[in-house]
Amino acid sequence: MSSTLQTPRAAKPDEDADAHIERFGSTRKSRFTRHMILCVIGLVMMYPLLWLVSSSVKPNGLIFSDLSLWPAEWSPSNYTEGWTALEWDFSVYFTNSIVIVVLSIIGNLFSCSLAAYGFARLNFTGRKLFFALMLGTMMLPGHVLLIPQYILFAKLGWLNTYYPLLVPNFLATNAFYIFLMVQFMRSLPQELDDAARIDGCGPFRTFWSIILPLCRPAFATTAIFTFISVWNEFFGPLLYLTDPELYTVPLALRQFIDSEGQSQWGQMFAMSVLSLAPIVGFFIAGQKYLVKGIATTGLK
Amino acid sequence: MSVDTESAVMPGAVAPPAPQVKRRRGARKDRAGYLFLLPWFIGMLFTIVPFFASLYLAFTDYNLLNAPKWIGLENFTAMFRDPVLLKSLQVTFIYTFVSVPLSLAAALGVAMILNRGIKGLPWYRAVFYLPSLLGASVAVVLLWRYVFGLDGIVNAFLGWFGVPAVSWTSDPDYALTTLIILHIWTFGSPMVIFLAGLRQIPVMYYEAAAVDGASKWRRFRSITLPLLSPIIFFNLIQSLIASFQTFTQGFVMNNGGGGPANSTLFYNLYLYQQGFNQFNMGYASAMAWTLLVIIAVFTALTFFTAKYWVNYDS
Repeated sequence: MSSTLQTPRAAKPDEDADAHIERFGSTRKSRFTRHMILCVIGLVMMYPLLWLVSSSVKPNGLIFSDLSLWPAEWSPSNYTEGWTALEWDFSVYFTNSIVIVVLSIIGNLFSCSLAAYGFARLNFTGRKLFFALMLGTMMLPGHVLLIPQYILFAKLGWLNTYYPLLVPNFLATNAFYIFLMVQFMRSLPQELDDAARIDGCGPFRTFWSIILPLCRPAFATTAIFTFISVWNEFFGPLLYLTDPELYTVPLALRQFIDSEGQSQWGQMFAMSVLSLAPIVGFFIAGQKYLVKGIATTGLK
Repeated sequence: MSVDTESAVMPGAVAPPAPQVKRRRGARKDRAGYLFLLPWFIGMLFTIVPFFASLYLAFTDYNLLNAPKWIGLENFTAMFRDPVLLKSLQVTFIYTFVSVPLSLAAALGVAMILNRGIKGLPWYRAVFYLPSLLGASVAVVLLWRYVFGLDGIVNAFLGWFGVPAVSWTSDPDYALTTLIILHIWTFGSPMVIFLAGLRQIPVMYYEAAAVDGASKWRRFRSITLPLLSPIIFFNLIQSLIASFQTFTQGFVMNNGGGGPANSTLFYNLYLYQQGFNQFNMGYASAMAWTLLVIIAVFTALTFFTAKYWVNYDS
C-alpha cells in the first residue's frame, strides 16, 4: 500500500477522526519502529500505576517480594481495612472531597461564565484594560497572595472551614477558565446576539437562553479541569483545614506516612487507588474535552 | 422609520445613531457589562489587595499576633545569610533547569512520533497524557516513594543488571532525581499542545524539503523547530512558572521536611515552613516577592530572547 499525496490516509473510513495525513516518506518498517517505541514508552509510564493497582490487592508480605503484576495471592482486605484505618472512615474524607469539588465546579461555571460573557460579547468602558488585567492574573504565581489571603481568611474566622477553598471559586478568580470560555464564546456568531436583541432579549436573557446552551463543550472542559485540580489539591486544604474531620482525601492519604507502621503499605496503596480512580474515570469520560481544552488554552 | 429605510438602501452609508441615543445605550451597555463582571471584580479585590499587602509585609516583621513592624530591607538581607534558603533556591533551580528541558524534549519527541498519522493515536495519547493529570496528586508522590524505595521496582529492575540497591528517596544525592523523573513522567500535557501545533505545519513543506534532498535532521531543524517555536515558547514559559512553584512533591516525599538533608526542600516548601510553622510572615512574604521577581526575570529573559528564536511570520 503506497500512500500517495492524492489519497491521504486520513480520508479512509477506518481511520479515526484524530488521525491525519501521513507524513511524507513513511514506510511499513518505520511505522513498525514507531509503534515499538511508543509501546515501550507507554509501558514504562504505565508500569508504576499498574504496580500500584496490583500491590493494592496483595498481602503486605508479597508487595515487595512478588514482582509480578498478577498477584499470586489476593488480599481484598486491604480495601476494607484501609477504609477504616485512620481516625475517620474514608467515607468522611470522600464526602468532604466530593462536597468541595461539586461546589467548586458550580462556582467556577457560574462566575467564570458570567465574566466570560462580559468580556466576549458585551462592550463597555474599560473592557480591554480589565481583560488585560485578567490575563495578567493568569501568569501571577499564587504564592505571592498566600500570606495576606491567609491573614484575611483568619480574620474572617474562616480557618478550619471550607470557605477559603470555595469562595474564591465563586468570584471568578480562576482566570484560565474565563479565558477558555471567552475563546469559546468569541467563536459563536455575533448574529445570535443581534437576533436575540431584535426579538427583545436583554443581555441577561441572551446570556441565559442563547449563549449558555451553546457553551456546553466549554463548560464540560471547565468542569473536568476543575474536578481534577480540586480533587488533587493538597496545598489549600493543608493550609486551611486542621480538624481531621474536615480533611479531604489527599490530606487523609498523607496521614498514612505519619502513622507509617511496617505493615500498612497494602492499605495505603488501596486507598491511593481509590483516590486516583475518579480522576481516571473522568479522564476516560471526558478525554475529548480535556484534549481540546489543553490545546486551546495550555491548561495543565 | 423613513430614516432607517434610507440608510438601509444606501450601501456603505450606515448612519451612526444620534449621539444622545448612543450615549444612553452605551451607559446601559456599560451597566450590563459591569454586572456580568461583578463576581470577577470582587474576586480581583481578593487578588490585588493581597498582592500589595504581601509587598508591604515583605518589609516588616510580622508573626500574626503582634502588629507588623517595619524593618526595611532586613528580611531581604537576612535571606542572603540564610543557608537553608540558599539551599532551597539551589534545589528549585536544579529541579527546574533539569526537568523542564527534559520533559519538553520528551513531549516534543513523542508528539513528533505521534503526529505522523499513526494508528491508535487516541490510545497512545491517552496513555501518555494520563500521568500528567496524576503527577501532582499525593497518591502518586507516595507511590514514587515506594517505586524508588530500597525494595522498590526500580531497584528490582536494576538488580537484573547487577546494580546494587540504593534507597533513592532517602539518599540526599538521588532524592531530587526521583522527583525530576516524576516531572518528566508528566510530559503529556505539553505533548498535547505540541501535537496541536505540529498539525498546523503543512505537509508540503516537508515534501518540498525532501525533494530538495534535505535530511531528516535538516527538515526538523529548518521546518519543525522554527514553525513550532511559538508553541515551544509558550510551553517553556508555562513549565518554568509552574516548576518554580513546586510544593506537593517535596512536601509528601519526605513528610513535610524537604529531606533527606534538605535535598528536596523546594523554595515554596521552605516558604511554607517559614510562614506557617514558624509564623515568620514578614520573612515569608519577602521570600514570595523574591520568587516573583525571579520568575519575572526568567519570563522576561525568555521573552527577550524570543525574537532570536521564535518565529511569528507564518
